Amino acid sequence: MMRLILIGLMFSVGVWAQLSAPSDKASLSAGKTQFEIHCAFCHGRGDDGFAANLVSPNLVHAPTDTALVSIIRNGILGTDMPPALGMTEEQMMQVAGYVRSLGRSAPITVAGDAAKGKAVYQGKGGCGGCHMVGGAGGKMGPDLTQIGAMRSPANLRTSIVDPNATLAGGWTMVHVTPKTGAQVNGIRLSEDNFRINLRDGRGRIHSIAKDQTTAITRDLTKSSMPSYQGRLNAKELDDLVAYLFSLRGAM
Amino acid sequence: MKALILFSASILTAQTGDWLQFQGNAQGHRYSELTQIDKSNVAKLKPAWSFQIDKLDKFEASPIAKDGILYVSEPPSDVTAVESHSGKVLWRYKRVLPDNVPFCCGKVNRGVGIHGNSIFISTLDAHLVALDAASGNVLWDVTVADYKKAYSSTAAPLIVKDKVVVGSAGGEFGVRGYLAAFDVKTGKEAWRLWTVPAAGEKGAETWKGDSYKYGSATTWVTGSYDPGLNTIYWGTGNPGPDWKGDKREGDNLYSDSLLAIDADTGKMKWYFQFTPHDVHDWDATQVPILVDQMWNGKMRKLALFANRNAFYYVLDRETGEYLMGKQYVRQTWAKGELDAKGRPTRLPNTFPTANGTAVYPNSPGATNFQAPSYSAKTKLHYVMTRDEGGVFYTGDDTYHEGSWYLAGRFVSKPGEEATGAIKAIDPATGKSKWEYPLSAPSWSGVLSTAGGLVFAATADGDMLALDDSTGKLLWRYPMGGRAFANPISYTAADGKQHIAIASGHTLFSFSVD
Repeated sequence: MMRLILIGLMFSVGVWAQLSAPSDKASLSAGKTQFEIHCAFCHGRGDDGFAANLVSPNLVHAPTDTALVSIIRNGILGTDMPPALGMTEEQMMQVAGYVRSLGRSAPITVAGDAAKGKAVYQGKGGCGGCHMVGGAGGKMGPDLTQIGAMRSPANLRTSIVDPNATLAGGWTMVHVTPKTGAQVNGIRLSEDNFRINLRDGRGRIHSIAKDQTTAITRDLTKSSMPSYQGRLNAKELDDLVAYLFSLRGAM
Repeated sequence: MKALILFSASILTAQTGDWLQFQGNAQGHRYSELTQIDKSNVAKLKPAWSFQIDKLDKFEASPIAKDGILYVSEPPSDVTAVESHSGKVLWRYKRVLPDNVPFCCGKVNRGVGIHGNSIFISTLDAHLVALDAASGNVLWDVTVADYKKAYSSTAAPLIVKDKVVVGSAGGEFGVRGYLAAFDVKTGKEAWRLWTVPAAGEKGAETWKGDSYKYGSATTWVTGSYDPGLNTIYWGTGNPGPDWKGDKREGDNLYSDSLLAIDADTGKMKWYFQFTPHDVHDWDATQVPILVDQMWNGKMRKLALFANRNAFYYVLDRETGEYLMGKQYVRQTWAKGELDAKGRPTRLPNTFPTANGTAVYPNSPGATNFQAPSYSAKTKLHYVMTRDEGGVFYTGDDTYHEGSWYLAGRFVSKPGEEATGAIKAIDPATGKSKWEYPLSAPSWSGVLSTAGGLVFAATADGDMLALDDSTGKLLWRYPMGGRAFANPISYTAADGKQHIAIASGHTLFSFSVD
């Protein structure tokens, strides 16, 4: 009984404690300033950085303002999003308000045709060989089910034509030469002083003791994805970007 | 039965089996005289017990061991006493912190102090609390500084005779750093040394305008004490703001310095500044190691200091005289040779800029708060080092009380991965006798023992035992959590030598059957 009351109390407190990011002009202006100092390095103007696209009414990791402020304060564990360093609580609220204002701005329109882009994705592009959408596809690159909610069209386009310019964390390609047997290539899953674990193109996981290798190279500045510059014509590229931008996953 | 065990424990620990200061001894050695675990049997080392905390913040504590009990601080500012042979909880002290306590780099605490039957903890809200060692009850609780002005405390106190000496944190908020001493019995403040001079005081001229007011130079890692000279040696942190120095032109005393302080009066005897006018956040808050050693044919009282700025220093601790400085980790910010007085010569184009300046080492430095170790057996200074480049940016340098005061930021150098190494440095030359390379830099400190072993954890929590004279790996155990803590060794009530360290959110204690 006591526990029930407590839970009830926590719930109601939780509801009352929901933050609401400010939307007045002064706060938005202050939030924009802080955004440019702290966020723009990765997020650009909101929709043209190499980090998540923030010009969206629905942010994947931040359905509420409370969640948004929490992300600004603490970062997102396991991603490149770091905790805020050097922002006061008030400034975090202002930044949250500014980010929400980006989401209220005119939705981004793209030139291409998403349906035709899907055909490029599945056909000429061969994207599904390495990427998954909705549980189907390969495992050598990031899952794209929600990519349209996380990346801007500009960023998606860059990723396709110049993959080395938009390296995603956690997708380092490594090449391991064992003392005996053939070289193993794959995405690094983990590495410590003694072992390296990777997943090869067929989805097999290799756990290799470093003292049983003669060489390990890591592609730290190079994506394992080929550039599609010249492989797709301008129309196909527009359509593919439109398709990827339409992928918002189950939200 | 318990009484019997406690009784036997007190007999056992009458020898050398207790760990009574943050670094084991006051001289900062983090060296254990225990020899039960040695090179011949370390391969049989295994976990005797583990103790899990119920917090998600980083677990950085180095425990105190006395009479069969470990006193462990937990994040944010709690203390738990556990039986040192079983890990079973005897009591807990849970501190309720006020809302909006400012903190820089996690709600952390690095350990408690002990004197007689009192346990001391410096808290995140900048209090000093004395607890009864048998019950955890509060004996006294004093305010050391005002947390609303962004002061906090994270370091383990240093016990010096009848005083408990505590450091300050808040160097990323433009506070004025201090070191303060309190009476162990009453909590009455005995002295306080401000690490940044006030207007008109000597050293104030090293700060442009009124920038000294936000000078920082905090003291957030425990220092050392020489009973013979009755002197405390304590390192100070970065000047504020961290990454843009335009408003504070000058050397910015006494930031990034080693201070020698009279233990009775708190008066500064001398200082040595490692990094004048720092703009990379290279706090000199590493633990000074105090040893007496032959130097150029003469016995000298030395202070050894492996600095975050990538230079290794030897000073005469009676006079503060600079004896030697050698680069020990890759760096690109200064000439490889320090001048005759140990002052670095900066290279051009190494200051942070709006568009970023690449420099080695990165802001976390060549070493940081990882506790070093000095072995009386090998006479080597063991240091957890990191090798990583950074790109440094300037930013807004407007000061607001209680707020962050960084004026910039840094990122790891793109396209490169940081590595690390445990280095066994010969203080006579500043060169490594051996290095044990690490695929990623670790936040664990280092312990050496009379059993001929060096213990440390890797970044992801593999506990290692190395041969102290060759660096050869003799044993390892995967603890499975990132290590931010320092290992200790003690004798428990089971009569065994234990090695203890926190990894992830668990304290592990190892022994040989």
